Amino acid sequence: MQYANPATLAKALELMSQHDISVVAGGTDFYPARAGRTVDEPVLDLTGLSELGNIGASGDRIRIGALATWTEIAHAALPDGCRALQQAAVEVGGRQIQNVGTIGGNLCNSSPAADGVPPLLLVDASVELMSVSGVRTLRLEEFLVGYRRTALRSDELLTAVLIPREATGGHSAFIKFGSRRHLVISIVMAGARLVVADDGTIADARVAVGACSPVAERLEALEQDLLGLAAGEAAGCVANRHLEMLSPIDDVRASADYRRTAARVLVKRALDGCVMHP
Amino acid sequence: MIAIRVNGADVQVGGSRLRRLSDVLRADLGLTGTKVGCETGDCGACAVMVDGALVNSCTTPVGRLEAGNVTTVEGLSNGDTLSSLQRSFLRHGAAQCGVCTPGMLMAATALLQEIPQPSERQVEEALGGVLCRCTGYRKIIAAVLAAPEFAEDEMDPPAGKAVGSRVARVDGVAKLTGSDVFGDDVATAEALLIRIVRSPFHRASFVIGDVDGYVAANHGVIAVFTSGDVPGRNWFGVIPAFADQPVLAEAQVRHRGEPIAVVVGERDSIQSLDLDLFPVEWDEKPPAMSPEEALAPDSHLLHEGRDENVLVRGLVRRGDVDGALAASDVVIDASYSTPFIEHAYIEPEAGHAVRIGDRLEINVATQTPHMDRTEVAAIMGLDPSAVIIRPTAVGGGFGSKLDLSVQPFLALAAWYLGRPVRITYTRSESMMSTTKRHPAEVSVRVGADSDGSLTAMDFVGRFDTGAYASWGPTVANRAPVHAGGPYVYEAYRASTMAVHTNQPPSGAFRGFGVPQSAVAQECAFDELADALGMDRLAFRLRNAFTAGQPTLTGQVFDSGVGFKECLEALEPHWGRALEEAAEFNGTRSGKRRGVGVAGLWYGCGNTGLPNPSSIKIGVAPTGRVVLYQGAVDIGQGASTVLSQICADALGVDLGAIDRVGADTDTTPDAGKTSASRQTFISGNAAHAAASELRSTLLVMVGASQKGRLEFRSNRVLVHDQGKVFEIDLTSLAPDADGLAVVAVGSFDPVTSGLDENGQGSPYAIYGFGAQMTELVVDVDLGTVELLRIVAAHDVGRAINPTLVEGQIEGGIAQGIGFALMEEYLPGRSENLHDYLIPTIGDVPEIVSILIESNDPLGPYGAKGVGEHTLVATAPSILNAIRDAIGVSVRRLPASPTRLLEAIESR
Repeated sequence: MQYANPATLAKALELMSQHDISVVAGGTDFYPARAGRTVDEPVLDLTGLSELGNIGASGDRIRIGALATWTEIAHAALPDGCRALQQAAVEVGGRQIQNVGTIGGNLCNSSPAADGVPPLLLVDASVELMSVSGVRTLRLEEFLVGYRRTALRSDELLTAVLIPREATGGHSAFIKFGSRRHLVISIVMAGARLVVADDGTIADARVAVGACSPVAERLEALEQDLLGLAAGEAAGCVANRHLEMLSPIDDVRASADYRRTAARVLVKRALDGCVMHP
Repeated sequence: MIAIRVNGADVQVGGSRLRRLSDVLRADLGLTGTKVGCETGDCGACAVMVDGALVNSCTTPVGRLEAGNVTTVEGLSNGDTLSSLQRSFLRHGAAQCGVCTPGMLMAATALLQEIPQPSERQVEEALGGVLCRCTGYRKIIAAVLAAPEFAEDEMDPPAGKAVGSRVARVDGVAKLTGSDVFGDDVATAEALLIRIVRSPFHRASFVIGDVDGYVAANHGVIAVFTSGDVPGRNWFGVIPAFADQPVLAEAQVRHRGEPIAVVVGERDSIQSLDLDLFPVEWDEKPPAMSPEEALAPDSHLLHEGRDENVLVRGLVRRGDVDGALAASDVVIDASYSTPFIEHAYIEPEAGHAVRIGDRLEINVATQTPHMDRTEVAAIMGLDPSAVIIRPTAVGGGFGSKLDLSVQPFLALAAWYLGRPVRITYTRSESMMSTTKRHPAEVSVRVGADSDGSLTAMDFVGRFDTGAYASWGPTVANRAPVHAGGPYVYEAYRASTMAVHTNQPPSGAFRGFGVPQSAVAQECAFDELADALGMDRLAFRLRNAFTAGQPTLTGQVFDSGVGFKECLEALEPHWGRALEEAAEFNGTRSGKRRGVGVAGLWYGCGNTGLPNPSSIKIGVAPTGRVVLYQGAVDIGQGASTVLSQICADALGVDLGAIDRVGADTDTTPDAGKTSASRQTFISGNAAHAAASELRSTLLVMVGASQKGRLEFRSNRVLVHDQGKVFEIDLTSLAPDADGLAVVAVGSFDPVTSGLDENGQGSPYAIYGFGAQMTELVVDVDLGTVELLRIVAAHDVGRAINPTLVEGQIEGGIAQGIGFALMEEYLPGRSENLHDYLIPTIGDVPEIVSILIESNDPLGPYGAKGVGEHTLVATAPSILNAIRDAIGVSVRRLPASPTRLLEAIESR
């Protein structure tokens, strides 16, 4: 079997259970990794599975099908807590990438600089993993286990991203940051979501930073410290100790020291972005 | 088979369903308008529409398109009848080389379908995924904005008025329909494919194993060639005296990416070959990765006879520098360093060759067909007359396509196998193996008196010339001639050296070392002006080079020096910008606005060497004028400019002239497309040829030299003093080219070599310019937002203002990259996502001001402008950054990391 483009999930899962096979959705990571070469390996192309492309409510959860493209996410009707995700969607490559690149592929590729991860951490996202033997749901933090490593078993497909509706309150903001305006692999990404109570104090907070550790991290100590503060005080609250769990590296894009500094600045700006949300 | 619909036609596609759509379009369907620039989704040249959505065809498996609807650039026009978007691109000069144009058009088409009247921001966001290296994007944005209501058609100018008018590029339609033929677009299906085995190490010795066994064991591999198979000399180089680069390395490699073997065979087999399995044993050795390491006493020698690894030294000196500096009221001492810069044209090196009897015909993207011919002939042990170089359209060159790349491999394979062969470099192969801009360590000591007059400059430049000579001697000699900038000194000394390292060969890149030296000089000037308490623009004006003054090499021009006019043209912008910056900085925190200025000069043509060009023009018996255009158009517009010159010299409509493209069998040698020489030198040759043709035709009927020519079918009418004469072209015996009447014009600028002190007259003319940058620095992140760049350039005469602006905007875009983001790291940034070039969102508004000093030596007064436009950009940006934050960034690029370090060092 060289190329399969099944029309049903059941068929796709059956193939996954029987073959050692590369999974392709948008192809925007798969093909670049094989530049200059003929692609001749067994491939399961998921794009015929229209059932995996939907974005919608499902009980008390928002379900984003794994094949939802960034363009579809950007245009979907989602609560304000997902605005960070929609801001990320329009920063993934150029339009050509956004039109075919999928949220499922972004998570399975599990780059430290995956644009989808920080915004999904803000909304307590889980992933739905399916195989012929059943379905399991993992929190995103459990799914992304390390540098370009996930908890996906070889017979499983990531079928959906699940977002609890209760985690989509308040306002969110995302900043992707690199050395040029478009087509950037992030130096640092930062996102935040704040729920502000009627009295103007922060009732719930999420903050996440990407490209500064093997897997994007939530800044839980900062989230705790933000609770009860006036919304306008959020950015001022950010201190170096809140970013201690980050482990940025030196690479062609920036130095580790720079990333630390920039992460702090961008977290503040993301918090300001939540507060000044239109 | 897979059934898909392409541009409205149903087609069946065979082969694997995993094949890239880009490959299917180009190889199976012959739709070569879709270009492949990287195969990694980084450049967008291959963008097409699938069911109305823009996608990169290089990352799309054809198997998923069953019943899908694909639209490519070929589907936008109706034959040569362009869509309004395409016409707008043509009129705005939005296509230069044309290789990104299909992707840009597809992205713009997708946008206009969604948003019929987009804003500038929407255009920028929609086209953000497509890279362009030529235009600087501004004319693309303008073209898209104007497309919805693009009416046209500005008529071409009347006879005799082509020079100075904004005529559309004469080769533009093919670039917009996707029908232009680039290096990878020539080959047909039967061509064998070539791939190259390269060194993974910066320095190593190697032994090649059982090649015959390798060929036998790999189905579809037909031949392998190694250094011993090179029939002539196994080395080449653009400067004969320094030629040192092996076609295929012999026993040792001196840089990563150096070729050691050529593998040829059937296309499918070669494409799926894993070259890591080629039989070779490597013995890696410690490399010298910088001039510092290569100059160390214990370093290995890269080339016998080049002591201390120094390829060449350059020197220019006048007067008593040390005395003048000692007596100066203020002296500034400053050093800067710049990295490797990759040309990053969107078209990787590519070509096709075929052996015809005892001749070789090579179709290749090149800037210099005649030099290619000479070198390939020597490598193949053939007489040059046995080699034909036929330049294809060139998808960007910027200097790197002056050196041989694919040509010798094509020649070897076609010659031995007697079958058509093709090769296209991958993006990473292109980046690791072809030439780069020299990294430079540049230092100046420059002094002035308290009245603001410059006294002396002492410049030292050390250039990393990489493993082979390439254009290293040119860089080392051109930099000291220019390093003082267009200013007047009592005394001047500039010494340079080009040092070999185990890095890729550094060669020619838009400016030949002058952009690097200008960074040191122009940035030091700002420190000097500040130390003197003078306005930075006023300081430059006070010391500006003018006609009648000696240059740094002692040359004196009576006219054609428009530098002061360039600076003066900036004055109103400068005053406004400084006021706005002061107001901004008085009211904000966290962001600082800055304004910077830099001047430049640049000599057109070779440095003190002969530099001839010949252009032929004739009349066919049909009455069509035919221009034999040997000056390769790499997107800058030589074909258009030379046609405009010829039209006016003949006194005819531009439309009366046909062109025969550059081809070493057909067109006279117009010299290489480099050193900003084609408009000036080939322009003069074209003017001479057309004037001669006109004169010949007038004499044939005894008309006066005031006669007016009218080309009609099969005849020429000559109108003179109320009379009409007629030449029956069919009655004249045609020459070998089938021309009834023909003329050849040649031009070689008068220059002189430099003496032991670097004194002489190396260039017949210089172009001048000054640029001003306004920007905002985010002091918390160390980032720069460019607001506007105002560029005043003395171009002598703008033969075509749209093309001149295109050169200015494109040069500025590359200068922005040089200043802020570009840094090639061998082994680490061999792709277009780690090596960053500016995107459409990184180039701000550009205000071009054309100063026409009317150079007495230029055709219609014109000078070259191609390289000039990049020189001042980086220093004007760096000066604006310093103005904003009060501290200099001395190591380029001024990346966020480096800029924040500078801010924190305050």
